[in-house]
Amino acid sequence: MRDTTFKGALSDRTARTFMGVLFGATLLVTLLNQIFPPDSALHVSAYTVTLLGKYLCYALLALALDLVWGYCGILSLGHGAFFALGGYAMGMYLMRQIGDRGVYGNPELPDFMVFLNWQELPWYWHGFDQFWFAALMILLVPGLLAFVFGWLAFRSRVTGVYLSIITQALTYALMLAFFRNELGFGGNNGLTDFKDLLGFSLQSDATRVGLLIATAVALASAFVLCRWITGSKLGRVVLAVRDAESRARFVGYRTEHYKLWVFTVSAILAGLAGALYVPQVGIINPGEFSPLNSIELVVWVAVGGRATLYGAVIGAILVNYGKTVFTGVMPEAWLFALGGLFVAVTVFLPQGIVGLVSQHWERLRKRFVKTGDTDDTPAAQGEHS
Amino acid sequence: MGYRFSQTLVAMLVMLLTCVSWAEQALQDTTVPPQTEQGLNSGTDMMDADESNRVVAPPTINEILDQLTSRSFDDKEAAIRQLANQNNPRVIPLLNALMNRELVHNRKDDTIALGEKQDGQWELRDPTTEEVVGHVDSRAARPVVINNRLRTVINNQLALSGLNDPDSDVRYQAAGQLIGNDDPEMLTALGERREQESSQRVLDQIETALNIAALQSDDLTARLNAIDALSGNLHPEVKNSLNSRLSVTDNASETRALEQALKKIDARINTFQTADTVFFGLSLGSVLLLAAIGLAITFGVMGVINMAHGELIMLGAYTTYVVQQLLPNSHEWSLLIAIPAAFLVSALTGILIERFVIRFLYGRPLETLLATFGVSLILQQAVRVIFSPLNRTVITPEWMSGALEINPVFSLTYNRLYIIFFALAVFLALLTLLKRTRLGLQVRAVSQNRTTARALGIRSERVNALTFGLGSGIAGVAGVALAQLTNVGPNLGQSYIIDSFMVVVFGGVGNLWGTLTAAFGLGIANKLLEPMAGAVLAKIIVLIFIILFIQRKPRGLFPQRGRAAEE
Repeated sequence: MRDTTFKGALSDRTARTFMGVLFGATLLVTLLNQIFPPDSALHVSAYTVTLLGKYLCYALLALALDLVWGYCGILSLGHGAFFALGGYAMGMYLMRQIGDRGVYGNPELPDFMVFLNWQELPWYWHGFDQFWFAALMILLVPGLLAFVFGWLAFRSRVTGVYLSIITQALTYALMLAFFRNELGFGGNNGLTDFKDLLGFSLQSDATRVGLLIATAVALASAFVLCRWITGSKLGRVVLAVRDAESRARFVGYRTEHYKLWVFTVSAILAGLAGALYVPQVGIINPGEFSPLNSIELVVWVAVGGRATLYGAVIGAILVNYGKTVFTGVMPEAWLFALGGLFVAVTVFLPQGIVGLVSQHWERLRKRFVKTGDTDDTPAAQGEHS
Repeated sequence: MGYRFSQTLVAMLVMLLTCVSWAEQALQDTTVPPQTEQGLNSGTDMMDADESNRVVAPPTINEILDQLTSRSFDDKEAAIRQLANQNNPRVIPLLNALMNRELVHNRKDDTIALGEKQDGQWELRDPTTEEVVGHVDSRAARPVVINNRLRTVINNQLALSGLNDPDSDVRYQAAGQLIGNDDPEMLTALGERREQESSQRVLDQIETALNIAALQSDDLTARLNAIDALSGNLHPEVKNSLNSRLSVTDNASETRALEQALKKIDARINTFQTADTVFFGLSLGSVLLLAAIGLAITFGVMGVINMAHGELIMLGAYTTYVVQQLLPNSHEWSLLIAIPAAFLVSALTGILIERFVIRFLYGRPLETLLATFGVSLILQQAVRVIFSPLNRTVITPEWMSGALEINPVFSLTYNRLYIIFFALAVFLALLTLLKRTRLGLQVRAVSQNRTTARALGIRSERVNALTFGLGSGIAGVAGVALAQLTNVGPNLGQSYIIDSFMVVVFGGVGNLWGTLTAAFGLGIANKLLEPMAGAVLAKIIVLIFIILFIQRKPRGLFPQRGRAAEE
């Protein structure tokens, strides 16, 4: 039995291995980028640093989805919305930081508002010049939306396919709304042309490395948090909800409260991922809300393996690495590959890569090493969704 | 009165003489024999002869035209009026040619000819016979210059001749063109036409034109009668002239009458605009119904979330395109081939998807969602590779273009009208299939209880494949209809998939009538909201409404009841 305290989550083997690999890779990239001069063979370019940072943001997002889908059985097709909302909150802060360095040189209004002939800042843009406020909003806005949405949905017992479809409708509606210029988030073009974050220029290598490290720390903390949640008593109830919701309800648990809690935490993590993503890629636009993005996200988790947490991280990094390579080498083939991956994983690999590896691993180990049980098998897995 | 009568009589005589002599001339010229009879028979129609026709020696068309070489616009106007009064089938083409700057002044011999620019040269044709009479340098001839006043004159003359055309459509057009015209010459002509007009709708147009003119009359009773007659008339010109009359009148009873008439017109316009909105709502609803009805089968009856449904619609649209390419000369009826072809293409694709992917995933609806989404990406990309990512245009057949004009503010476009009927036909066919045939019975049995159905000897595997094929085939048929409304491109399906799911979920899964109600309800709601909120906001409002609605009734408008409803 695992130690279910927070300290226990921090020190269990899976978490330690995960953090070891994560920080090891981050440190290596940082050192290679900072120590070696640009013409050295060992130098890692700022592009690669940012690319890795981007992957880690996706990994954090996938982790958030795995928490609700893998452990709670809620297939959200709208997690991209929480990601984008976090991103927009960060984008608003970065926009205010531009100050009078914009094209129109207006110290108060972002360029697109000047362009649209707006006279003053809309009320919801106030406060975003302070980082603490923006940081609060990054967590609060997705969290609040998830809370309200989840409260409505879970209370009326909208489950399964219906829930998936209305989450999809949610992100679709938000996408349409953010495309409108009148909403005050830059419409079609979104927010871009960022200059600096907390006074550090976003163009410099050091800031990029700093953002990578920040992302790695966020991912590691989120991982430990999720380990802790899934290992705790609450996590056990959540698993029960996934596997037999009616039974859990009959036993006396208010299942909707558990689902709501997990859903909200997951949305906050997704928002955090979005906020870390935006300064690294330098733009946020309504395209991030598109339902396609959210579905792609589901595939990352499915490819890696559900209900393992590290599987989601592995899946996100592998699929996105594949995407980078494919779109560079043969762009036409990427959608074929992605589509094939969707089909192959759901039909042949219901447990994802992690499931495949651990099956073979068990078989090999049984053959060569005769030892007792270990404590790092993933949390209970079922074929239920 | 007496003077006018004698003038008319003289003019008629002159006209008759002109025609007879012209006919003789034409008889000699054998190339244009049919004009003779017509000229003789309808010569009496010409009441409004121009002064210049009183000259004894009647001028030929070419002679009249040659007057257009004058630089004076007054001379030209006289020539145009004279030309228009010639009873000759060449008059209308020549007036049109003058409007389109195709009548040219040949400076070499100072004559007028039909000219067409070819390789920097004018090809000149004879105005009456259209025979090529020669080529001249581009600077040796130039189009006859006309100004706006002459344009009005020409238009009026064209309308006048149209007013006496044997074809009632032409007369209707001509009378419509004359609405709002206060030229006394035109009004006289309209008044004369009114006496002999047999077609009711032409008569209505003429009455409208005459009543608008009567608004300017000095006689109060005539004005009041005209206002009364115009009240509720939807022609845009009526509203304008009533309004402008309202701004100048100082008579209390006339003001009251005008205000009442305008109010009645506004009320009618409002009614018809609402009707128009509802029609567009029905049209959107029929599109939604077509897109969603196949999904209602695969999702509602089989419990499979087919994200590739949109792409099956797209395949149907591309099939329409391919059929048109294969039969380039038969756009009028190639749709009739496209419908079954699209059904087959999409149904076969659907059966392949079922056999190779979905078969392994029954009972795991969320995973069918992922797998079919993968299929949709593959299909989209395949279409991009085969047909290029650019949009393709499907040609709409003649019988589907145009509109059924009910009145000036309300018309039904034929393509939308046909699609509404088509959607309903598909719906009824599907309903009959499910309720009345053996396959339908088996489909319902398997969807309600697979194990029991199998125990009773139904081959559930086969039924599954056929059901999925049926749902997919209907998606293909929907694609044929959509190809008539939008561009055919690789993203065609994506834009409908979310809407289709909304319709099915809103209507209640597994209930075809629910899908019908939801499709038309959402379509009309969307279009009613659009004028108030704008297209995008209307859509957002509808989406939010559905999200909230699902909270209240998680199983849609018409939920399935009983044991089948439990998972």
